[in-house]
Formats: sequence, structure tokens, C-alpha cells
Amino acid sequence: MTELRQELKEKIIEQLNLEEFTVADIADDDALFGDGLGLDSIDALELIVMMDKDYGIQLTDPKEGKEIFKSIAVLADYITKHRSK
Amino acid sequence: MGVAITGMGIISAIGHSVEENNTSLLTSTTGIGNLQHIQTIHSQAIKAGEVSLSNAELTRQLQLPEVHNYTRTGLLGLFAATAALENANISDLSKYRTGFISSTTVGGMDMTEKYIKQFDKDITAQKYIATHHAGDSTRKIADALGIKGLVTTISTACSSAANAIMLGARLIKAGKLDRVIVGGTDSLSKFTINGFKTLMIQSDSICAPFDAHRNGLNLGEGAAYLVLESDAVIQKEKKEVLAFLSGYGNTNDAFHQTASSENGEGAFLAMQKALEIAKLNPNQIDYVNAHGTATPNNDLSESRALQRVFGKKLPDFSSTKSFTGHTLAAAGAVEAVFSILTLQQQYIFPNLNFKTPMPETGFKPITSGVKKETQHVLTNSFGFGGNCSTLIFSKA
Amino acid sequence: MKKVYINSAVTISAQDTFESDRFLKSVKKLSGKTIVARYPNYKDYIATANLRRMAEGVKMGVTAASKALKDAKITQPDAIITGTGMGCIDDTEKFLNAIISNDEQFLTPTAFIQSTHNTVGAQIALGLQCKAYNNTYSHAALSFEWALMDAQLRLQQEEAENVLVGGYEELGKEIINYRRMMEDADGFGIQVPYSEGASFFVVSSEKTEHSVELIDMEAHSTLSTTSIQDSLKQFLAKNNVDISQIDVFVSGRNGDVFDSYYDLTAELFENITQLQYKHLSGEFYTASAFGLWTAYSMLSRQEIPEAMIFKGEIKFDNHIILIYNQFKGRDHSFILLKR
Repeated sequence: MTELRQELKEKIIEQLNLEEFTVADIADDDALFGDGLGLDSIDALELIVMMDKDYGIQLTDPKEGKEIFKSIAVLADYITKHRSK
Repeated sequence: MGVAITGMGIISAIGHSVEENNTSLLTSTTGIGNLQHIQTIHSQAIKAGEVSLSNAELTRQLQLPEVHNYTRTGLLGLFAATAALENANISDLSKYRTGFISSTTVGGMDMTEKYIKQFDKDITAQKYIATHHAGDSTRKIADALGIKGLVTTISTACSSAANAIMLGARLIKAGKLDRVIVGGTDSLSKFTINGFKTLMIQSDSICAPFDAHRNGLNLGEGAAYLVLESDAVIQKEKKEVLAFLSGYGNTNDAFHQTASSENGEGAFLAMQKALEIAKLNPNQIDYVNAHGTATPNNDLSESRALQRVFGKKLPDFSSTKSFTGHTLAAAGAVEAVFSILTLQQQYIFPNLNFKTPMPETGFKPITSGVKKETQHVLTNSFGFGGNCSTLIFSKA
Repeated sequence: MKKVYINSAVTISAQDTFESDRFLKSVKKLSGKTIVARYPNYKDYIATANLRRMAEGVKMGVTAASKALKDAKITQPDAIITGTGMGCIDDTEKFLNAIISNDEQFLTPTAFIQSTHNTVGAQIALGLQCKAYNNTYSHAALSFEWALMDAQLRLQQEEAENVLVGGYEELGKEIINYRRMMEDADGFGIQVPYSEGASFFVVSSEKTEHSVELIDMEAHSTLSTTSIQDSLKQFLAKNNVDISQIDVFVSGRNGDVFDSYYDLTAELFENITQLQYKHLSGEFYTASAFGLWTAYSMLSRQEIPEAMIFKGEIKFDNHIILIYNQFKGRDHSFILLKR
């Protein structure tokens, strides 16, 4: 689990071009959207593709992302439960 | 009264002439269906408003040489612009200062995406290296029509053609042109199909604008142009006027690169500005041809803006995108043609596929065609980048 | 009709023109097929969170726009009008290549939404929260000229008092190389590198101490070599400017065969100072905005950079400058400026 969380942080920083962040800056429970990391709806779409491509999880409604992308911890839990890759 | 419109031409998924488009609108026949010309892995997952003519058929009908480097955007544009000039009975272009203002978002993308990996070696592909940019189709059309002076291209995403029409009117009002052909053209491309797919706002069925259960837009393609002429030319040539462009507004939502603001601020301001230029009160608008793309975000935001402009007295409204699909840059001109048809026939076209009002507003568009006394029509076009434009057409 | 003034001019180019105030005193000799601009430190102008999605053209455009507004002491313009020939070509190529290499699967939206031609105008508006008139022209070598003409029209018709106008271009990575390849296929092509940049201006109906007057401008989609002289004469006559009143002629020479248009135009003048700029800026669809920046700077500073001389000598008391640009014998524009 720790490994997956670490991997997700790295991916998010790279994929979303978050130059000013390092893995150490993101706590497992930090909010990814809004006040936390400051991600927005376009980032949510980027993450949806990442879920599909890297973990075989298909989300069809962007709204589903709201809960799943709450924090690294929540996201890692969801992926562990649903991954097919 | 505004700037006189003396001609129009159109090609879209519902017809290759003004008459054919009108017939489809009157008979509630949509042009949205399965893709015929474009090869994409998404062809089963989406519906689109494709123009039925192939590039070869367009080439033949336009009497172009078999070998040319027109992109599909250029072919569609030339087809509609030629028709607009004919409709305005203009044969001698040198008689007056005539301009051409076109618009496009994809430009030559339909060819670029086919041939980019052959550009380095394949001589037959190389003729499309120079056709990628947005100005290429405009220049070809202007050359084919014989327009040499003021020629330009606007590219403000899905509000492009509305801005082209607006610029033409301003140039005529300022006395810089006597006559101008204005509008837009966009062909379907894998680029836009995939682009809208990534935004998850493309529907797998025929779109349902303003419906509570709307699930996204259908892309379309097409081109449409209007001919605007100055009062002096109208008088001198004793020209028949189809309608007047009486108001226009261009604003920016300044909210998000792609999404519209929740209260539709940009749209609200654009409509207000157009009313101000037309010197009309909201209650004088008889019909609104809405942008109505059928994405959850647009239709709610536009409804809120309509609510703010019109208050409790909302005029009849509908979105004709359930006929043509969203023709991107061309949409503003396609819907300008439909708005003028409404004024000419005193007939409002329906919004197809609407069943359930959205809970936030309870708005119900016109769902079957209806005869109605119509003096002023307002039409909206909004785009990525917050670009919001409104045009108001008035009965001749 | 209200007069039109240019109240500030900023350019990011292949030369040190953004950070330095030394107006082309030391220039870099450009060579090669393509050359990138000198990128400023964007973080001084754009929040890091916003920078992460921006390609070079957007960064250059937003940065140059921001400085042009600051220089003119304007916080909210009444209109934002941009011009770009190739648009956001970098993100366009990025998204297109993703489509091709992934066979239309696993595509993400960022490059697509940043690829529309109006991205720069939109990002400026977003940054300023400016809800005013916003337009983008994309018409090859007249893209910037049309943006400026739209601004002129808004000011003359009293639809605005201060308009932010700019042209931008980014090289991208692919199509530009094919264009260069075609250009170099015979020996008569463009002799300067293809490049990129962003030039922004505040044009206004208010005169300030830094103002340069835009007397008038004109654009022609086509002009033949036999009609170029007459067209220019008519343009000058329309503005009551005699050929002898023009002190400096700035042309868009790029070394290709169509430079003959500039030669023909220059024949009309006696002993005029002829300047060129594309050997300094490189060639691109909105390079003429760099040309306008040089002319604005010359009039407001009363300085002519040595590096720009094509023919004639440096004069010190200059009042009227004529700028003429065309691209491949098409898309001709005349711009007339007065001190």
C-alpha cells in the first residue's frame, strides 16, 4: 500500500506537471482538489485516463472521480480494490 | 435597423443548400447519425452530423481540378460561400469594395492528421504541409471568389463565426467596406472527435439539448456564410433584404479555459451588449436560437444566463444542434442562417429529443415547429476560452 | 473620428528585447533553420500553478501582454485582441501525436484544450478577470495586422479607450520543420531562420508622454508587383501624407524572391533610410509585430539601431515611419506611424 501511494504521488506530479511539488510535499490524507494540491476538473479528467491506462479501472462519469480522488489514501484504497492491471 | 443581409449559403448534415436545410428543419429530420467518411476507433461510440458529400463529390460539384490541395474545411467553405454570393445575386465583385471574413477552428487538420507522418518523403502528401494553418481555407475561398482586399480569418473556438459576422457588420458600419461575405467553416476530424472524447462530453446518442438527462454533444461539420451589404448598395442596386443584423455582443466569461461559469456571466453580458446595440428591450425578443450544445455544463450555464437576461418572461427558445450537431467554428453562421429562416417564414424550429426539464430551471424549449409572429431573433455562440458572442437578427 | 495611439510596446524575441532596455544595441546573429526565442523568467509574471499547462507560445503571450499593460499603466483593457498564424501548434502537435501513437486511446485533455487559437487571449482574460471584448485572428501573415485593425476600429468608433493587442507564435516541433524543408527545396526561399515570439501593445485613444500615433493601416490579401506602388500611393494620399514626409521605411525583408516587392516600394522614395528586421527576429507569421515594436521604439526613443540598417544612414530627427510587410507575395500590410 505504501508503495502504491508513493507511486501515485510520483505519477500525479509528473502527469499533471506539478513542478513545485515533490513526493514529500504530499501527505497521504491531503486533499488533492481545492485547497490542498489545488487540482481542478481538467486534472480529474487526466486522472481518469491514468486509472484506465495504468490500473484498468474505467470511470465513465467524471462525477465519480470526486469521491475517489479525495486524497492519495482514498485513491490508493480504491485502486487496490478495483484494479485489473 | 442594422446591417442588411442579402444572401446566405449553407452546407450541413441536414442539407447542401438553404432549401434542403429548411426542409429538414420543417420536417424535424436530424442529420446526426453514424460516421461515413471519417475512420476512427470511436465510430461505434459516437454519433455525429457529417456532411454526406465526400471530398471527391465536393470537388466535382465545385468544378475544381481533380488534383488540388483544398482541405475539407476549404471545400465546405467554398461550397457555402459560392452559394451565398449566388443567393445575393452578385456576379460583379469589382463594383464595390468587397471583403471576406471567414472562421475556422480546425483549419486544415483533416489533411494534417492523415498525412503528417508522410510529410517528410511523400510528394503527394507534401502539398498539405502549407494547408494546416487557419488562413489557408479562407485565402483559397477568397481567391476562388475573386476577393482581393480585406480578407481574414477569426478563430475563437465555437464562437468564431458569430465573431466573423460581427466584424463584417462593424466594417460596413464604419464605411470600410460596401459588401462583405461572413461566416465560418469546419470539417470533422479525428483531432476534434478525440479531443471532445477526452473531455467526456460527447454523446453516444442524438443529443438532447436542455434535457435533464442530456449526456453531451454531437460533433458536426459544415459551413455557412451571409452576405452583408451597406445601405448605399441596397438603395443603389434596389436589393431585396432577407433580414437585418441589428445587434451583436462579444464578451469573455473569464472563468475557465473550457467550462462556462455557473451563473453564465459571459453569456449574460454578451446578450446584454447585443440588446444594447440593437436598442431593444429583452421583451422584444421573440425567439432565442440557443447555443444549447447539450453538455451538462453549457445548457445549465446558458439557461441561468437566459434567466438573468429575460427574468420570468423567457421567450420561446430551442437549440438546433440536435439537427446539425455542433459545427464548432461554423455554428454561429449555421444558426444565423436558421435564425434568418425563422424571420422569413415566421416559423420557429424545434429542439429535438427534449423530454424532461432540468430541475435547476424547469425550462422547456420549443419541441415541435410552430408558426409565430417573429420580429427579433437572438442567437448565442459560446466557445472554449470563455469567448461568448450573441447576434440579434431582425425582420426585413 | 478619434485618433489612435500606441502607448506601450513589449516584445519577446530571438534577441534580448524583453529584459534589456538597450534597444537592439547588441544583437545576436541568427543562423540555422529555426531558432527559439529568448525566454524570460515566466515566474515573474505567471503563477506557477497556471504555468504548468502552458506551452511556450501561451507563456510568451501572457508574459508580454502583462508587461505591455504594466508599461502603459493599464489594469483592465476594454478589449483583448490577439493574432497568431499557426496558433498553439505545440499542443496541437502533442495531441495529434498522442492520437497517432496510442491509436486514439488513453488520451488526456490538457493538450487538446490548450490547442485552440484563442488560448492566449483566453488566458490573459482569465488572469485579469477581464470580461470585455475578446477576439483572435488567425490569418497567416496578416494575423497580427487584423488584431491591430480591429483595435483601431474599436478606438475610432469609440467602442473602447484602451485595447490590448498582440501577436504571438511558437515554433512547435514538427510542422515547422516540414515547412522549412519545403522552403529550402530550391534556392529562392526565405533566407532567415524560422523563429517565434510574442509582441504586445496597448493602443489607446488617450495620448500619453510615450505615445506614438498610429496614423492608419491597410491590408491586402493580394497585390501584384505592378500595382504595389499605386496601392501605397493611394494609401498615403488617403491619409494626406506626402512621400517626402516619410523618414524611415521598415520592410519585412527575409531574403526570398518576393523581396522585389520591397525594392519596388523603395523606388518611390529618395534618400530614405531603409530598415529591415527579420534577420533579427527570424521569420514567422506574426514577425511583423516585432517590426511594429522596432518602429514604436524608434519614434518614442528617437533612436535607430545600427543593426537594422538595410540602406541609407541613421537620421536623428524622425517623424513618420512606414512599415510594409508581405509574405510570399501575399498578405500585404502598410502601417503608418507618427511621433
